[in-house]
Amino acid sequence: MWAKSIKGIPDDMGLALLAIIWLITLASTYFFVAKTWWLPVGASAAAPWIDHQFAVTFLLMGFIFVAAQVTLGLFSYQYRDRPGQTSDYSHGNNKLELMWTVLTAILFVGLNLMGSHLWASERFAPAHEGATKVEVTGAQFAWYFRYPGPDGTYGKVNPKDISAEEQNPLGLDASDPAAKDDVVSGVMYLPVNREADITLRAQDVIHSLFIPSMRFKQDAVPGLLIKMHFTPVMTGDYEIACAELCGLGHYKMHGILKVVSPEDFDKWIASKEAEKQ
Amino acid sequence: MSTPEIIHAHAAPQGFIRKYVFSLDHKVIGIQYYFLALVAVFVGMFLSLLMRIHLVWPTASIPLFGDIKPETYLTLLTMHGTIMVFFVLTTAPQGGFGNYFLPIQIGAPDMAFPVLNMLSFWTTAVAFVVMLAAFFVEGGAPLHGWTGYAPLSAIPSSGPGEQLGADLWILSIAIFCLGSLMGALNFITTVLDMRAKGMTMMRMPLTCWSWFITAILALLAFGVLLAGGILLLMDRNLGTSFFVPAGLSLTGKMIFPAGGFGGDAHFSHAGGSPLLWQHLFWFFGHPEVYIAILPGMGVASQLLSTFSRKPIYGYKAMVYAMLSIGFLGFMVWGHHMFMSGMSPYTAFAFSIMTMAIGVPSAIKTFNWLGTIYKGRIRFQSPMLFAIGFVSLFVSGGLSGPFLAQPVLDIQLHDTYFVPAHFHLIMGVAAIFGIFAGTYYWFPKMFGRMMNETLAQWHFWFSLIGAYAIFMPMHYLGMAGHPRRYSQLTELQYLAPLLPLQKFITYAAVATIAGQFLFLFNFFWSMFKGPKASDNPWESTTLEWTTSTPPPHDNFGGKVPVVNNGPYEYSVPGAARDFVMQTDPPVGSGH
Repeated sequence: MWAKSIKGIPDDMGLALLAIIWLITLASTYFFVAKTWWLPVGASAAAPWIDHQFAVTFLLMGFIFVAAQVTLGLFSYQYRDRPGQTSDYSHGNNKLELMWTVLTAILFVGLNLMGSHLWASERFAPAHEGATKVEVTGAQFAWYFRYPGPDGTYGKVNPKDISAEEQNPLGLDASDPAAKDDVVSGVMYLPVNREADITLRAQDVIHSLFIPSMRFKQDAVPGLLIKMHFTPVMTGDYEIACAELCGLGHYKMHGILKVVSPEDFDKWIASKEAEKQ
Repeated sequence: MSTPEIIHAHAAPQGFIRKYVFSLDHKVIGIQYYFLALVAVFVGMFLSLLMRIHLVWPTASIPLFGDIKPETYLTLLTMHGTIMVFFVLTTAPQGGFGNYFLPIQIGAPDMAFPVLNMLSFWTTAVAFVVMLAAFFVEGGAPLHGWTGYAPLSAIPSSGPGEQLGADLWILSIAIFCLGSLMGALNFITTVLDMRAKGMTMMRMPLTCWSWFITAILALLAFGVLLAGGILLLMDRNLGTSFFVPAGLSLTGKMIFPAGGFGGDAHFSHAGGSPLLWQHLFWFFGHPEVYIAILPGMGVASQLLSTFSRKPIYGYKAMVYAMLSIGFLGFMVWGHHMFMSGMSPYTAFAFSIMTMAIGVPSAIKTFNWLGTIYKGRIRFQSPMLFAIGFVSLFVSGGLSGPFLAQPVLDIQLHDTYFVPAHFHLIMGVAAIFGIFAGTYYWFPKMFGRMMNETLAQWHFWFSLIGAYAIFMPMHYLGMAGHPRRYSQLTELQYLAPLLPLQKFITYAAVATIAGQFLFLFNFFWSMFKGPKASDNPWESTTLEWTTSTPPPHDNFGGKVPVVNNGPYEYSVPGAARDFVMQTDPPVGSGH
């Protein structure tokens, strides 16, 4: 029962759908495969593993994407209404349905379990002994980096003491001896190949410390002290962004991470300590 | 099911106001919802156009609007998201089509509670007016994003628009929640209590199942958002501290000095948790995704079967898949919070649950493809959009398993990868569901056919446009482009991405232009389109058994009796290639 009589539908609509869906699939896939735009260079110890998990996910999802879209285009063309075409009276197939369910369950849950040890190593354990301690504070619209100094202890901060005029953006409590040797910087310095032991704070609203090349991101939440760690493995300058909407200056809340040799790092810290005296 | 047609019968109204404004007729209310969403979608789209222009030409001045400042960009973004999610994606598919067609498809004369139905629409309309009012008060609309994360949203001094504008924004959402809760109650009761004789649950069209499950989600989710909104209003105006911790300092000033609200030390802000807001918000926010997309799934299922002239593949599997999506949808809200500072151990649970949702979603896709397989596809415009829906659902869905893995979320969270994902799936796929429903049901609603040629052009513009806009956003996200940035000028690694952003803006302009084909077709056809027959698509469900448009009581005094399942197409031996639900029993009968 071919409905030639349907007004205004071109005969080759099925072919057009096939062509457009396939073209869209091809174009989308091309830019992924060609890596025209891709993850930024990975410069932390975890980066290769995270990128590997990304690539595995990408391959599996990419395969399903192409398979589903190609099938959709193909069926649209092949099963278009035309003379002689009959429709199959079928309500489905429970066996196929069950097989498909089990397959996708294995795929999705398996993929998840594959990546879970990475997450655990990033977030379950604290930084190792001897890591470089840095406290990162987000405030509208700047990042501040504090190093505890020779005593290895961060001094007290008090929000009442925060003052731009007195160059005390963190509100370091002058009466606390541990605060005396704290170094506060607008640039984040880290020695290469040594783990960074990060403590995250926020003064006003939520910010998010995002260092794309370190595969690092973590929200800084007012009222919480959040401990994180990562290990930079390549020297160089890496941009820091804010990834959580924090107000009108969100787009310009950025900073620089300088990963340097341990000697240069010690020199830098020493010079900052000297400035304080 | 005690003779609902008698209990719920109400005489056809006479005067204009009772007939078209404060109507109790679910069909009029459905159309009211639809028009509200139509206004909202063009407002939301206009806001996105301004955003796209500002992103790539930051100094451009917009005629009649003026300069866009970084904070203006954030208010555009906030209002775009809020208006689209609440007043379009929640309003059109559920409030619009659900209201109009749920009662007819189950053979009822109206909703279970017509007065409540009217109230829920007008409550929603008031919410929309309050939302728009935020643009016009001092300070303008808020800039805290549609997610309204505290403390940004809780501190009036945290930015422009965070004063009265933010209060109105919260108030509007709270009012919207009330409207949605009333609607949800009505939908659930109607499905459970008003089905015609023979309309068993397992004979309901999948659209009805989708509206039913959506209503359950809405009932459980909007209550939580309502509570969260009220707490936030109290934090802002009454000195409570649900979301605000102690010791906040904004640009060097203590925000809530000791002494606190009204000089009373008991009210000084302390002890609140910014994460509490996120938990409350996303407990609503994730089910909301399914509130937006489930009705689209229902429409796509209905249309793929109808226009392939084949029964739906795996009806029961489709029902169970929607039920499990709805159920799991309440256990995954934490996947929005992997980077928030919540316990990293909980991320495991949320992640596994999220991946599990991939299973019913894959079942649905499999069954849609199975439905058109060996069919006899008629490419009328509703079908084009249903096929487009499947394509977009696949594309948007498959970026989910990236974001669902916490370890990949480290890189992708709050980058353009996220807007790419959710726009494709809950934005454009859901909108394709709305378009498909519009082209399909327009003849029944307005008695005239829409123009096919215009509809086809609209389809190509929308499909190619949607991909051209949102596929490149994945690339931006992978390159580390944070979302909600009003300009690309500050971070150096963003500079090479500007050409891609420009491409997206061009694509957006073209796609938006294409939507006027729809708008023109819609209103032109309403008055000038060829008259529609009672069943122009040769469909099987009950709305096609009654006259076009349906009479006040839906079936003109007759009470339909259902003998068949909803998708009996190409039944061997049948006189026609479709057997309506009211025809004598055939086939499997479900």
